Amino acid sequence: MTESATLDVEAGQPSELGYRSFRLGEFAFSRDEYFVSLTWPTGRHVMSADAFLRALQRDVAWDFFYGIINFDGVLGTVNHYGTVDMFAGRYNDAYRKAELDHVETFDTPLIRETFKAMLADWTNEGFDPFASPEETGSAFGPKHGDNIDAITRRRVTAQRMVAVAGDEALRTDDNGHPVNRQFADVPQDEPEIHAEEGFEDELASFNLFAYLSRSSVTWNPSVVSVCKDSLYCPTTEEYILPVIHGNDRVEWFVQLSDEIYWDVEDRDSGAKRAKVIMKAGDVASMPADIRHQGYAPKRSMLLVWENASGKIPELISSGKLPSTAVQF
Amino acid sequence: MVTYVTRFGSLDQYEKGGVEVIDDDPRHYAFSNIFEVASISKPYEKVTVGKNLEYVLEAIRADGTSEWRVAAHDEFALVMDGEVEIRFVKPDQPLVAEDKEGSIRVEVEPAGSPMGYVLARRGHMTLLPAQVAYRFSAERPGVILLQTIQGDDTIERWAEICQQMA
Repeated sequence: MTESATLDVEAGQPSELGYRSFRLGEFAFSRDEYFVSLTWPTGRHVMSADAFLRALQRDVAWDFFYGIINFDGVLGTVNHYGTVDMFAGRYNDAYRKAELDHVETFDTPLIRETFKAMLADWTNEGFDPFASPEETGSAFGPKHGDNIDAITRRRVTAQRMVAVAGDEALRTDDNGHPVNRQFADVPQDEPEIHAEEGFEDELASFNLFAYLSRSSVTWNPSVVSVCKDSLYCPTTEEYILPVIHGNDRVEWFVQLSDEIYWDVEDRDSGAKRAKVIMKAGDVASMPADIRHQGYAPKRSMLLVWENASGKIPELISSGKLPSTAVQF
Repeated sequence: MVTYVTRFGSLDQYEKGGVEVIDDDPRHYAFSNIFEVASISKPYEKVTVGKNLEYVLEAIRADGTSEWRVAAHDEFALVMDGEVEIRFVKPDQPLVAEDKEGSIRVEVEPAGSPMGYVLARRGHMTLLPAQVAYRFSAERPGVILLQTIQGDDTIERWAEICQQMA
């Protein structure tokens, strides 16, 4: 069903534990000390509060990203780039067969603001949904404080390339980006730039690996270079990708350091299709008809490479483009 | 206290992962390794390891001195192994049509203003600006990953470089 939306976020009064409840169409959300509970006309669902907030944080920060963001095997969103579907059980074979799934479509501003309000209210002081489990406090307990600075970090989106004059700046100790504990051995040397007089602002180069070693977040691609619609979106990964990303286009991964294991499932049914083990220097494409979740035993550097063209989802869904990157 | 070791790859030392199929075809993932590709490439061959419609990622073996090249759009060179000098010249006249995709070879050193050079090592990423001629040189073999658009000299050899068997 499609529901007309306004920008009014529907939030209840704080519970005895201090948390507000929220409504989004016919979905109702509440949280207690440990869990987030969700109901819709044909069902209900429970997620651990920390896992829910980590997934919600990515959905908010990425503005619903490309395609489907599954919070787990039941709950998630589909980005239609102007509207967003919220679903329960839509991409789960058992829910579909039992006809217990539910989908509603919202104008992006409404679901965005509702999710932001939920994230702000339910994230306690000391809990950072972007951080690895070793680097954050607990998400649990009665409501205590908030962590607005952590959940509203600015996402890096270079217009041309990091370190180009007037574009995104390098990360340093002085601007609040110390080297991460698991990247202490990453060389911090910068390239030598020998520009002739008058060309100082036209030559640009930087140490991408040092830049990534200073990222304070995990599983959060940010744009460092732009060749028309070709975007380099590297990210540092530790523990588990908090969402299961369902593609609406081919997405490429280049493993820059260490290792990540990917579980790959059918995008619509969740049936297992493959495991992809990526080590430094490995390159792999994720087809447009799968969903994937990564596991990084040590903090690693992953280059996510995207084609941001707005034409692709329709070309793929209409069959004009194959769901795989290359045929051979 | 744990001492963490960050593992990068190189031409001399890399480990390759792979696709473990449950119900799929490994070719759907176009799985390759940049260092393996560069190890079997000729110097400065532009071998595609990633392709998303017109956009490509090229694995390039940096070894000796390359030809001069220029593109109508920005490109980005990430050194994955070794040390690469990138020298730049701003041509007196545009050398490539504005609507041309991918880089083109420049037969001789272009007439124009020397802009300087960048000395880049592993992990260093360098802008190759639109309409600026550039040339790579490396005293010892290294590897560049190039973010660009498919051009006349882009090579596709997927069947040779990608995992095909489960």
